Amino acid sequence: MSYIYIVPIELEDDSYLEPLERFVFQTFHLRTKKKEFKINLKDAFDPSRVQYNSSLILRQLIIKPPLDAEKILGVLDVDLFIPILTFVFGEAQLNGIGAAVSSHRLHHRYYGLPEDGGATTDRLLKEAVHELGHTFGLIHCTQPKCVMNSSTYVENIDQKPAELCSLCQKNLKIEKNDTISKGFPFSWWSKKR
Amino acid sequence: MKPEEIGILIVDDEPSVRDSLYQWFKDDGYRVDTAADAASALKKLQENPWDIILLDIKMPGMDGIELQNRIKQIDKNIVTIIITAYASVDTAIQALKDGAFDYVTKPIDPDDLSKLIRNAIDKRRLVTENIQLRQQIEDLLLPDEVVGESSSIKKVMEMVNTVAKTDSTVMILGESGTGKELIARAIHSRSSRRYFPIITINCGAYPEGLLESELFGHEKGAFTGAMYRRRGKLEMADKGTLFLDEIGNISEKMQMDLLRVIETKSFARLGGDKTVDVDFRVISATNKDLEKAIKEGSFREDLYYRLNVFSIKIPPLRERRSDIPLLTRYFLSKYAQSMNKSVTDFSPQVMEMFTGYDWPGNIREVRNVVERAMVVAQGTQIQLVDISFPFPPPATPSGGASLEEVEKDQIMKILNQTNGNIAQAAEILKISRLTLYNKIEKYHLKR
Repeated sequence: MSYIYIVPIELEDDSYLEPLERFVFQTFHLRTKKKEFKINLKDAFDPSRVQYNSSLILRQLIIKPPLDAEKILGVLDVDLFIPILTFVFGEAQLNGIGAAVSSHRLHHRYYGLPEDGGATTDRLLKEAVHELGHTFGLIHCTQPKCVMNSSTYVENIDQKPAELCSLCQKNLKIEKNDTISKGFPFSWWSKKR
Repeated sequence: MKPEEIGILIVDDEPSVRDSLYQWFKDDGYRVDTAADAASALKKLQENPWDIILLDIKMPGMDGIELQNRIKQIDKNIVTIIITAYASVDTAIQALKDGAFDYVTKPIDPDDLSKLIRNAIDKRRLVTENIQLRQQIEDLLLPDEVVGESSSIKKVMEMVNTVAKTDSTVMILGESGTGKELIARAIHSRSSRRYFPIITINCGAYPEGLLESELFGHEKGAFTGAMYRRRGKLEMADKGTLFLDEIGNISEKMQMDLLRVIETKSFARLGGDKTVDVDFRVISATNKDLEKAIKEGSFREDLYYRLNVFSIKIPPLRERRSDIPLLTRYFLSKYAQSMNKSVTDFSPQVMEMFTGYDWPGNIREVRNVVERAMVVAQGTQIQLVDISFPFPPPATPSGGASLEEVEKDQIMKILNQTNGNIAQAAEILKISRLTLYNKIEKYHLKR
């Protein structure tokens, strides 16, 4: 049995992890497992930019993947960057195992607006599915009504749905043996509720 | 262009920059590769085609500006984007002067990078489209009817290619129907003026006043019936070519006006005083002996020398008989296609007749004869019965032929008429079949 590991990394607020797990399962039909990994965020910190290098975090995340890990999604709330860009919402290995996503720039408060937890959760779900989509071999989709449509600023994320378009669903590279056809496993569902 | 059709090469000595850009573009579905320095970038340029190259300015060894220059020498249409951590006005100006599409500083806002790449792809697409369209136009412009493999037509085409590269006036000489306009179009389509029009005016087709108006145009009210201002052919030919067909047929006044326009490259519309500047190349054509006309005083010598800087004489078809099979088959295939017929060739008798015929109307006559034959043809071959000439060849051999030659020609003619049917031919010739067989053998005739 393979799982998508959801890995919280030094989160101040983990309230959006539960809907995240549920939504990841609904999208990819793979069981999820929440687990903390030993990640040293300081190693990824760049004092000159006051940001965290997401590639270095990703490297730590996948250094020793559990045997039953189909994918590993790191969830953070720090400001992420890759060296060439000013920031990223998340990063993933195309056709790889690891992905990371941060809520830092998904909060209304980051843009000087009153905080809206629901909006942050929605955005995080979309970005998490988007980055995991890359690990399942999906590239950016040109359809605006697809979660794999590229988002370079936060309003982009709000405009697109949380779901994959039919073509991206078709192109998902998931082993059929690993998927579960209907709903969540009972034990998981009852425990979470 | 689909993302996978676009190749992006990233050249940066910093592995983290290379890797992050690589991943970023991979997620978009582009074909991506990286190079750590100029040498490996140039090697990758030889291995694969690239549409967009992102270059770091500061690299050990050859820097980004020099590398960009080398890339542009290999393919000036590759879109280059300079990325630098240390922006300076000097390097930015230098990079852009050397042909960079943009100059950006690290780190880049993701949205700016997306827009930058989108714009770079648009530019690349437009450049590629432009090259393809130019090629298509060139293919369309190349006249496909200059057909022939004889040494004389090859020589004509060599002259066409030579003169096309210059802007000299050209006079094309040749009998009616030899394809003078085609040669004019061939010169135009091979010249630097090919993207502008070639305007043809048949000088022999207009009475004097009308030719003047056709060439120079007129202002509103210039004459009775001139309700609007009208551009003349000279204006229409601006930056292109003016082809004056049948130049030997213009009046003395027109000759003078034309000489002035060719010399000054400016004129005034009829009824107007405003000078219009034009830039065109003149190609003229005639089937008249202009030197004789000069001697007779009906053609201006100065205009003749202006028009006749370079002259091309097209040989009549009877002087290049070896081209007749090629030409006739060319028109056969053309009309078979346009009339949707399954005719694929001429019968051997027809081809024999064609190659023996003088074609006084030259290529125009060939086209006419083949087109008419195609209309009536049945089956896959054009037969003798399908052929009719606008200028029929003489029915009897020319004077001085021997009795045997007359007999041979007559038998051949009747055999052609009957499609080689011996019984019918013998009946027409009023001889026995056996005699006809003997004559066929004697004269080595084909049935």
